[in-house]
This record gives sequence, C-alpha cells and structure tokens, in this order.
Amino acid sequence: MKEALTRVQTLSAHPDSRCWFVSWNPTGTLLASCGGDKAIRIWGREGDSWVCRSVLQDGHQRTVRKVAWSPCGNYLASASFDATTCIWKKKNHEFESFDVLEGHENEVKCVAWAPSGNLLATCSRDKSVWVWEVDEEDEYECVTVVNSHTQDVKHIVWHPTRELLASASYDNNVCVYAEEDDDWECRATLTGHTSTVWSLAFDAAGERLASCSDDRTVKIWRETPGDSGQGDSSWKCVCTLSGYHGRTVYDVSWCRLTGALATACGDDAVRVFTEDEASDPEQPAFSLAAQATRAHSQDVNCVAWSPTEAGLLASCSDDGDVTVWRFHREP
Amino acid sequence: MSGGTSLENANPVIFERSGERLLTATDENEDVHDPIDDREIFDILFLHLIRSINDPEHPLSLEELNVVEQVRVKVNDAESTVGIEFTPTIPHCSMATLIGLSIKVKLLRSLPDRFKIDVHITPGSHASEEAVNKQLADKERVAAALENSSLLEVVNQCLTPRDI
Repeated sequence: MKEALTRVQTLSAHPDSRCWFVSWNPTGTLLASCGGDKAIRIWGREGDSWVCRSVLQDGHQRTVRKVAWSPCGNYLASASFDATTCIWKKKNHEFESFDVLEGHENEVKCVAWAPSGNLLATCSRDKSVWVWEVDEEDEYECVTVVNSHTQDVKHIVWHPTRELLASASYDNNVCVYAEEDDDWECRATLTGHTSTVWSLAFDAAGERLASCSDDRTVKIWRETPGDSGQGDSSWKCVCTLSGYHGRTVYDVSWCRLTGALATACGDDAVRVFTEDEASDPEQPAFSLAAQATRAHSQDVNCVAWSPTEAGLLASCSDDGDVTVWRFHREP
Repeated sequence: MSGGTSLENANPVIFERSGERLLTATDENEDVHDPIDDREIFDILFLHLIRSINDPEHPLSLEELNVVEQVRVKVNDAESTVGIEFTPTIPHCSMATLIGLSIKVKLLRSLPDRFKIDVHITPGSHASEEAVNKQLADKERVAAALENSSLLEVVNQCLTPRDI
C-alpha cells in the first residue's frame, strides 16, 4: 500500500501574524481559522479552491487562540487571550457576535462544544476548566468550575458520544471529567508525559484518547471501565509514538472516518500515522504513513481532518498560512 | 526595574567587554555566500543585541555581568536553529525569566522567521532553572506575555541600548 500527503491549496489566512487554529464545521463545508491578528476567517469551497467568505473582527481585543463549531453548525465559539469567549451566530451567510462569556481570570486557551450542543467547556491559564450550560433561550450559564490542574490548561475536548470531558495541561497531565450530582468532577488523571500536554483527540468510538506533548511524543490511552461501572474509570497508556517528532508536538487529530492520526509539530512538519491492522488492541502499533517535512515555513500549530471527506486535512502555522492537504492510500 | 529598595545582587562582578571584530575581505564580498554561523551570532547577536540588553536591576549590559557569553551561543544556519544559554548573576535571581524573555524577543525581532530560537539557563546556575526554561520554551505563554503592554514596556526598556 502506498500513502502520500499532497498539497491541495495554501491560503494566506492571517498574513503578518500567526495562525493558531483551524476548525471544520460539522458538514465539512466551512473552515474557520483564527490567529494573532485578533481575527477569525471563514473559508468556503468554490469549485476546487477555498476562498474567504467572511472575516470576523472586533470580537476580541487580543489573540484568538481557538475556535469551535457547535454540533448544529449554526454557532461558532472563539477563545481569546482577552479572557473572554465569544459566541457567534450564523445569520444567512454572515456571522454576528451573539454573546460574550466572561469569568476566566486570564487567557482562555480553548473552547469545545459537547456533542449534544447543550454544554460548552472553556479552559484558561488560570488553571481552571469551566462548563457552561446552554438553555432553550440560548443563554449561557456557568454550571461548574473545576480546578484539577495545577498549571495553565491548554486544551479541552469532549467525548464523541458521552458527556465526558478531557483536558490537557502545562502540568504534564491529562484529566478526564464526568458529571456527578450536577457537578463536574475529575474522574481520572493521566500521567506519563514529561512536559506540557498541548492537545488531545478521541478516536471515532471514544474508546481511546490521543495526547501530544512538548516531550515530542504522542501517547494513546485506552479506557478500562471501573468495577461497578460507576466511580473512577482508569485510562491506561497503551502506545507511545516517540522518535518521530523533532520538536514540540502542538496538535493531534484523529480522523473519525479513516482512523488516521495526524500531528502538527514545531519542526514545521505534518505527519500522518496509521494503525497496523494486525495489532493487538491492548498494545496497538502505529506507523508513519506519510509526512510533509516542510509543510509550512514555521511551526505547525494545528491539524484538523475534515469530518465528511475522508483524507482531507487542514493545517495552520506560525507563518500565517492555512494549507489543505489530501492524504491518499493507494492499494 | 529595581523592584524595591534593596538590590538582590548589590555587588556584581563586572566583566570586560570584548572588542569589535575586524572585517575580512571575504566578509565584504557580496558574491560569497555568507551563512549565519557562530561567528555571525557573535557579531550580530552578541555585539549588537545582547550587549545592548540591560540587566533589569543594574545599569550594565548582560555581557558585562557575564550573563551571556559567546561560547554559550550555538547556531546552525542549515537547520535554522539558534540556542542560547544565559547565566543569571545569582542562583535566586528573580529577574531570570525577564532576562531570558528579553533575549528571546531580541532574537525573534532580529533573525529571519525561519529560525527556531531556544533560550535556556546555563545548567546548574539557577534554583528554578527547569521552571524558567519551560516558561521560555512555551511560545503560547511568550505570545500572551508580549500582548501585555506593561510587560512589553519592561522588555523594551531592557532592550534599549545605552551609551557605552
């Protein structure tokens, strides 16, 4: 089998700035990018190329670190260094600032919607993770503040089907939270990385979680259910990908359609790993299937697989560009 | 930026500044490819940049306090990497992060974008070496710090050359 990563298009998304993050809408028709220029850009497809559909400015006073689409695709949330999270509502083909969530003491690093669309989570350099509830009147209320990390919280991600939340931190740990009696509690702390954990991604079934770190490794964790089905679950590291990344691994994306794992690295490369079909689920083996060593001219900050088109991958970089790639597997 | 009435290191050892390098004929020949190497770092970064960075507590440059030495500057032009180790004046220097940040900012502003810049504390020279190194290596926190106008002002103050 021959695999390759080919460049489809490079967009000068945030010129003279850094592009921090990209996010696909649920139908894979729009891509949102954000960056150090405090702006969010929405990209849409026109024939074979991607064009800028709208620019969302004036929502934030400082860097927009991450963006996330609601599961219905009608809302976009943006997390900013200005300590706020903006909710944008799609109206016809434009986006309007709809609400501003305040409360974190300093930089908001990440925002994520639960699969139901009724919950939103944010995390910050103030070491906390906040869970917000969205009611029928589209009002946001903070229901929990969890302080399980001892340092800056970098990333949060929801389980694909269950109301389970995972967070990654500068304290080198990953925490997994679940709701108990209207309160969110840390159910498991995943220790093993030896430096900052930058990002997380669940696999399609939600049985496994991938984490990537400043320690230049990617770890795969697998859930082992608790004895009674209640209480603490435990997550065991079943695989460590080491020796592939030359510098910090800033992001990881696990394709829900193909199972391929993509990484964004500080050595300017985008890499794609595939799981060896014959490998034991208790001890899975991943191999490097394809890589673009000079994917960008500076650090790659984010990789995101299209949710609807198998093999379509977007990446973004400190050079301000967004690149769309196609990952081929030829039999 | 003395931060208080008493100085942490009241009597620093002051080191002599090194002299200017003499240009050779090939240096001035525009046809000869001149990659950025250790000597270039010494010339460009050390003489013109680091020498101008001031210690936040003393009206002295980092070179005069031996915070930065040429042997602790490693550059690889082909791989676009620059590594710098700096030595805080005392093991409990509370200014270590600020000094490291100032060095990093000066290099970020002066070198082409392709360079990966790693600023570390000289091993064994500071009590919180690991924590300071981790913070300086975290580009997200560095980016956030540089959006903080009061901190940026302090950094810029450290980077303003004095008359020497």
